[in-house]
Amino acid sequence: MPSNRPSADEHLDMHRRMVITRCVEERLGVLHKQGKTRGPIHRCDGQEAVGVGATMALEARDVVTTTHRGHAVYIGKGLDPRRVIAEIFGRVTGYGGGRAGHMLVGSVEHGMIGGNAIVGGSIPAATGMALSFQIRREDRVALAVFGDGAAQTGICHESMNIAALWRLPVIFLLENNDYGLTVHRSEQSSVADYTVRAAGYGMPGEAVDGNDVLAVYGAVAAAAQRARRGDGPTLIEARTYRVEGFSTSDMGGYQDPKEVALWKARDPIVVSRTQLAESIDPARVERLETAAEEETAAAFEAALADPLPEFEPHGPSAPYATAPVHADAADFGEGR
Amino acid sequence: MAMMRYAEALNTALREAMAADETVFVFGEDIATYGGVFKVTQGLREAFGDRVRDTPISEQTLAAMAVSASMTGTRPVLEIMYADFMPLTLDALVNQASIYNYIWNEQVTMPFVLRTQGGGGVGTAAQHAKSLDAFVAHIPGLKVVAPVTPADARGLLLAAIRDPHPVIILEHKLLYNTRGDVPDQAEPVEIGRARVVRPGADISLFATSRMVLEAEKAADVLAGEGVSAEVIDLRSLRPLDLDAIARSIAKTNHAVVVNEGWGFCGFAAELSATIMDYAFDDLDAPVQRVAALDMPIPYAQPLEERVIPDVARIVAAARRALD
Repeated sequence: MPSNRPSADEHLDMHRRMVITRCVEERLGVLHKQGKTRGPIHRCDGQEAVGVGATMALEARDVVTTTHRGHAVYIGKGLDPRRVIAEIFGRVTGYGGGRAGHMLVGSVEHGMIGGNAIVGGSIPAATGMALSFQIRREDRVALAVFGDGAAQTGICHESMNIAALWRLPVIFLLENNDYGLTVHRSEQSSVADYTVRAAGYGMPGEAVDGNDVLAVYGAVAAAAQRARRGDGPTLIEARTYRVEGFSTSDMGGYQDPKEVALWKARDPIVVSRTQLAESIDPARVERLETAAEEETAAAFEAALADPLPEFEPHGPSAPYATAPVHADAADFGEGR
Repeated sequence: MAMMRYAEALNTALREAMAADETVFVFGEDIATYGGVFKVTQGLREAFGDRVRDTPISEQTLAAMAVSASMTGTRPVLEIMYADFMPLTLDALVNQASIYNYIWNEQVTMPFVLRTQGGGGVGTAAQHAKSLDAFVAHIPGLKVVAPVTPADARGLLLAAIRDPHPVIILEHKLLYNTRGDVPDQAEPVEIGRARVVRPGADISLFATSRMVLEAEKAADVLAGEGVSAEVIDLRSLRPLDLDAIARSIAKTNHAVVVNEGWGFCGFAAELSATIMDYAFDDLDAPVQRVAALDMPIPYAQPLEERVIPDVARIVAAARRALD
């Protein structure tokens, strides 16, 4: 069971995963400008400490649900960057064989049970998994990562009430990046401090610096211990900032450049690097960063060389094959 | 064989499934202590403890929880008290349950069951009397069944709970107290198979849920006019038993489709189009549709009776087809 403070090696590993995530995001930005991506890409630059710190505070058997902006969560939970990138580019080697795309990545063996692009959808999803663990008396925890936009949904309220009522082993991690698409949280929420809401459900609420990977790790590790003891859910608000806009199709104009600059100066990778320098030779950290950059570049190269999928009709056991087939369906080889 | 009420048959299936498999759990509003407003879950709490749970009134989240719980090792059975509340669950069905088996390359199955009941006839008015079958039957990845007899209620519920994929069970408030023979053994009824209620030679009446009972009465009336009507209980709205439909029309060359939901874009419309796709060459006349009028379900009896399909409208449709 992880303690609330990671070992030096664990911190290094978190740092490495944050660097990989950043490299993925920056490269995606470049490839988007070259017209080589498909659909909008929701980058998490500047928010890596939340997804990575939170998932690395969990055990491998624990599960996480996340948002449409989940790359740091995917990498933090241990998914192979090459296969994540392959999914982002719709390749057969992706976790969904190119069927899911970057917002909806799922890898059940890693407990990454879903990116969810219906805002708020990750919240009841994790709550339901926690119910499953409670019914089966399994020592597992579910983590819901969701944004400040999702915090305004009805299912957020419903889920928190049920989770606290039944003391479900779930952690609600509110990744507050200040914006729900283009609208600032101050125009979406009646309160600035989301942790006060926790009291309304009779659960603990705690705010952490979302750009400090150690702080996120510590809060989630403590919440996981609580959940495992049978003491129910915790609300953690990780305060961070979305520095690269809503998606690659965002035309901007609503974020104050001064605010962006302020947060860029508080880059979670820089914060982590400074923390590491207290106990680890900076040259070692630099080598680790270089290796992470090279690993990511190789992952892109491999993923982009992988083939695109071919359309295949469902097998007879698939639930979709049960639809009343249409008269022209024979052309697609669909069975009855 | 034992004589059983429809609600008892459902209760029996839940008990059998929960006794056989400890990953099955049942949750919903008023279902534990009170035993359900239609008493389908009566006594389960005492027998199975915290695997039977009263819930807050939170349909959107409950449905989403059924989906995700079913991906992590349990088999949830969720009761949604009225079909009219099903629209609250639609995100979980259409944006969650429908997609994951496919987009995650079959890494997951979702063995959950959503039971609900719809239909009018007892003055429950516009928010508690609808049949929204088409809302769920429209969604790829879901199976949708509507048992009419107690035997099918038990058999289809057992099959639904064992199914690796999501199944919606559409019950009917006027069926809970109907009685019928139920086999002694717990036998699942295969999902996707229609039932020939009574054979006939001149016209096929395809019906769902309580409308099967109306179609049977219509067949009696038609028999008095010298018309031999075949009544088919579709039982499964998705998947449809295309073979049974085509076989019947090959014999009778005439078809009436009956569903208690709204007509426009409704289940009867899909059924009608499907018949055109598969059995057009065997038809001697256009398919006749019988469905609820496209308007809110009224409260007062003489108004409600006009909106919901009945024997007279089925008979009239059959006469039009045969005219």
